[in-house]
Amino acid sequence: MIKFLAKGLFRDRSRSLFPVLVITLTVTLVIFSIGFMQGTMNSLLLDTAVILTGHEKVVTRAYSEESQLMPNDLALMDVDQLIEDLEQEYPDFFWTPRITFAGLLDVPDQNGETKAQGPVIAFGIDLFSSESRQVEIWELERLLVSGNLPGNNNDALISSKMADQLNIGIGENVTFIGSTMDNAFTTYNFKVSGTFNLRKGQTDKQMMLVDLSGARLALDMDNAASAIFGFTHSLYYDDETAVALRTKYNRINSDSLDIFSPFMLALRDGNQMGTMVDVSDAMMAIMGGIFLVIVMIVLWNMGLMNGLRRYGEIGLRLAMGESKGQVYRSMISEAIIIGLAGTVVGTGIGIGLTYYVQENGIDYTKGIEALSNSSMVMPNIFYAQVTPDLFYIGFLPGVLATVLGTMLAGLAIYRREMSQLFKELET
Amino acid sequence: MEKDTVIRIKGLLKQFPIGGQFFTALKNVDLDLNEGEFTGLVGPSGSGKTTLLNIIGGLDSPTEGQVSVLGQALNDTSHAERARLRRKHMGFIFQSYNLLPVYTVFENVELPLILNKVDKNERRSMVAQAVESVGLRDKMDSRPNMLSGGECQRTAIARAIVHQPALVLADEPTANLDAENSHHIMKILSNLNKELSTSFIFATHDEKIMAYLRRIIHLGDGEITKDEIIDNPKAHD
Repeated sequence: MIKFLAKGLFRDRSRSLFPVLVITLTVTLVIFSIGFMQGTMNSLLLDTAVILTGHEKVVTRAYSEESQLMPNDLALMDVDQLIEDLEQEYPDFFWTPRITFAGLLDVPDQNGETKAQGPVIAFGIDLFSSESRQVEIWELERLLVSGNLPGNNNDALISSKMADQLNIGIGENVTFIGSTMDNAFTTYNFKVSGTFNLRKGQTDKQMMLVDLSGARLALDMDNAASAIFGFTHSLYYDDETAVALRTKYNRINSDSLDIFSPFMLALRDGNQMGTMVDVSDAMMAIMGGIFLVIVMIVLWNMGLMNGLRRYGEIGLRLAMGESKGQVYRSMISEAIIIGLAGTVVGTGIGIGLTYYVQENGIDYTKGIEALSNSSMVMPNIFYAQVTPDLFYIGFLPGVLATVLGTMLAGLAIYRREMSQLFKELET
Repeated sequence: MEKDTVIRIKGLLKQFPIGGQFFTALKNVDLDLNEGEFTGLVGPSGSGKTTLLNIIGGLDSPTEGQVSVLGQALNDTSHAERARLRRKHMGFIFQSYNLLPVYTVFENVELPLILNKVDKNERRSMVAQAVESVGLRDKMDSRPNMLSGGECQRTAIARAIVHQPALVLADEPTANLDAENSHHIMKILSNLNKELSTSFIFATHDEKIMAYLRRIIHLGDGEITKDEIIDNPKAHD
């Protein structure tokens, strides 16, 4: 009988091919939409993480109290050892030192006299280490407007907005005027190797990027750093994991009585970032949930309609002596097979599509640049994100909803008189 | 029950709920049908013939009264037992053929044998024999949409008799056919009745069928109004 029913199923495209296509399409849509929403939310968080917070950030307790002042006199010491420990203890993250400093940028003319001057916020990031991913996560090659990436420790990248404002050209020397980590006055010459545009509104208006080694020389911070940033290898921020890691690290390594002991902050611990993460999670849950419910209703309805359409056939099979249980079970088995086939194919296509957009992104540069005067920080390329839940979430609408619809339609076998089912055959 | 009694009905009442009321489809029906009979339930629309056929086939339950089919009291049997009775001992022929459109003639006729778990080789020869008996040997691999109305009904007949049932129930089997095909179908059924000693019960108001019947039970307003034995049917060979 199974062979007989399978033969019918494959021949009747309205029972096999069409439902499989609908389920495939729906599951693909569910997976891609959820992957894209997760990726977009992550893109919003990633920008903040790259520039300001990391997924995790290790600072001294004292630095965390006054971080808005960029107090490098409270910086971490013996950073190489700290990073080695972090890498061993928490290999799911990669760890990188960061020096954040601010001061004045002086632009001299040919005679060495000040041509222009302005405030600068600078980041010393690890540009030169072979294992460093800073160029990648800052997307510097793509964001470079002119010139080249730094090649020496006194090379600097400055934002194109600041270059225009201070009239700085590529190859020119600029002088950073500020204070060292020992609070001594310092001046340090950087050579502008290139300009960049983060394309995130006014975020980079006064920004300068230098290699960590240059910043250390400028600020006399040998083997020290303002912070150590940690990022997941996939660059996907998982709040639950981040918070658990932060709590564990602080319990083991941080001494509340020692203001120079290391102290870890998760992304959510930054200024209002907790609210943003919660809002992002809530939006994801609401949007994803609504979408999932809608497609479940669609597929449930399809299962229901497929069942209703077959009342005549059911009546015939019952008349010929199949038991109600046999007919009901065969309908459900059929729905499971169809649901599984559509879901597996849909999941494959959905994850493939999500992975493609994860790797290549969808570029909204022109639209975001039109908002260049806005103070809102927006990513200009939106990436999807393949997460573990995408591998099973499609089974909810694809299999569960389809089978539930069929089960409900099939209940008529038990509820209606057989002669009534039979009449459907005649109409 | 006598040995050759196929159906015995005593005091049958069938009512359907309509709104808050009950519609009486059959009442005071007493009936015995014997093995090998070629009987018609005749009457106008709404007289209760299809309802009676459904009750005999175990597709509907009586409101009151006793119904025994092939020695089994349907009132006391479960759905599964009634399903088994239909599967083993009954065949059905419908007005609109009700062939499964995605299967070939061979496969449609094969279905009752699959349900009865008949061995594959035996199935093949039984299907071939049944299809041969209705003259469709050259259409074995055709699907219903490639057949004429008469050919579809002949396929349905082959499906109804392939497992050699004791009883065949036919509801308006010629209603969708022209006169020539109707006579052809009735001749086939009449011959099968003789060859297989299978009992046939028709629900009909078609004069062409009546000409072949050897017993006509007239129904009116849900009651048997006349039970007529025809010794020499007009169209009988």
